[in-house]
Amino acid sequence: MRVAFTVNGEDMAAEDVWPGESLLYVLRERLGLPGSKNACEQGECGSCTVYLDGVTVCACMVAAGQAAGRAVRTVEGLAASGGAGPAPDSRLSSVQEAFVEAGAVQCGFCTPGLVVQADDLLARTVRAGGPAPGDAEIREALAGNLCRCTGYEKIIEAVRTAAEHEERAVRRGGAR
Amino acid sequence: MEFLSPSTWEEALAAKSGRPEAVPITGGTDVMVELNFDRRRPGALLDLSRLPEPAQWRAEGGHLRLGAAVTYTAIVEHLAGHAPALAQAARSVASPQIRNRGSVGGNLGSASPAGDCHPPLVAAGAEVELASVRGVRRVPAREFYLGPGSSVREADELISAVLVPAPAGPQQFSKIGTRNAMVIAVASFCLVLDAGARTVGTGIGSAGPRPLRSPEAEAFLAAEFDWEGGAEPSEAAARHFGALVAAAAEPIDDVRGTAAYRRHALAVMARRAWVWCAADYRKGAR
Repeated sequence: MRVAFTVNGEDMAAEDVWPGESLLYVLRERLGLPGSKNACEQGECGSCTVYLDGVTVCACMVAAGQAAGRAVRTVEGLAASGGAGPAPDSRLSSVQEAFVEAGAVQCGFCTPGLVVQADDLLARTVRAGGPAPGDAEIREALAGNLCRCTGYEKIIEAVRTAAEHEERAVRRGGAR
Repeated sequence: MEFLSPSTWEEALAAKSGRPEAVPITGGTDVMVELNFDRRRPGALLDLSRLPEPAQWRAEGGHLRLGAAVTYTAIVEHLAGHAPALAQAARSVASPQIRNRGSVGGNLGSASPAGDCHPPLVAAGAEVELASVRGVRRVPAREFYLGPGSSVREADELISAVLVPAPAGPQQFSKIGTRNAMVIAVASFCLVLDAGARTVGTGIGSAGPRPLRSPEAEAFLAAEFDWEGGAEPSEAAARHFGALVAAAAEPIDDVRGTAAYRRHALAVMARRAWVWCAADYRKGAR
């Protein structure tokens, strides 16, 4: 079957999709978007986290046909959105920038999922005019994203940093 | 495999009637695991995620009518006042990404004995609404489950909604696992008090072939609970309550825990649930 939807604002379509195929497979293998990682295929690890109509989901748990006509945003689309980070003209989003800054990356496999999920946390907190999330809230938001290298400390630090940057930006009148 | 994508609820019922082997899918958090791992190759998937009705909820006539596809996230954010124990259970499901997709209807459809929603539904005396082209029927949650992965749902039926009685007293859900997130319950327990009727409901999860309750523990607590003041239970009474709950379980040894541990955990959770409910009662939850 043919499945058409928008990815990062662009109309895309995949042909010959098997009905039991996941959105993750379509993104990676048919549309050439390998940013979302394929690891557990059972929703345990969060490395395939994408936005589906503005809500973060594990792309491996969405049947391809369920995404038809919907708006998908992957990690590849975060940078283009700019973000309100320390370097607004940078090609990276504020969360990506902060991950680099904090050294929150080791092997890098979990990073795309963490970055998307952290972006969602900031969208629901500081970008919505709320306070920067505390550590407990950050840990809770990232509870479905497994990292087997870092022990999470640098990741939490990166999200904290990104939240502070965005909070300052919002207070300055908003880069977004 | 076919992908059936009905655009109305009536079309969905007709499709399920014509293709009873079609597997309904909404959040996909169970179904997609089975497909990804080649454990299941149904003739068709029946996508219910575009239908408006299953995604809706409303309070009506003394209960919450919760569409089968309402996500756990929505339950946590909007329905804690209407279904406190169910909201607590929803909050304990997996991770944010899974809660954004998973639903009570899916939990019922999978009918895993470890499903987090089952103890609150059983304890609260909820009803499951099943629909088909033949009509609509309501089954008490206490009679819905038959065994692991098996329920009274007929092959041509879809789960349309659950009806959860409005809270009339304190409710507590707890769950044991190796971590807070992403955990399948080793054992779970729910306690629902009805201060008006002075009755008690219990729900036991992941400690038997299907969700269970303990009528003995319910009768004991209904008689022992301080319905006037919500006093703390005596240690002896709390222990007895815990023992009755543990005795009602039918646990097995498996990868997540032993039968003995599950009984122990249930006794502890039951005692705590009474203490917490009594505290809520004193604070005015009645």
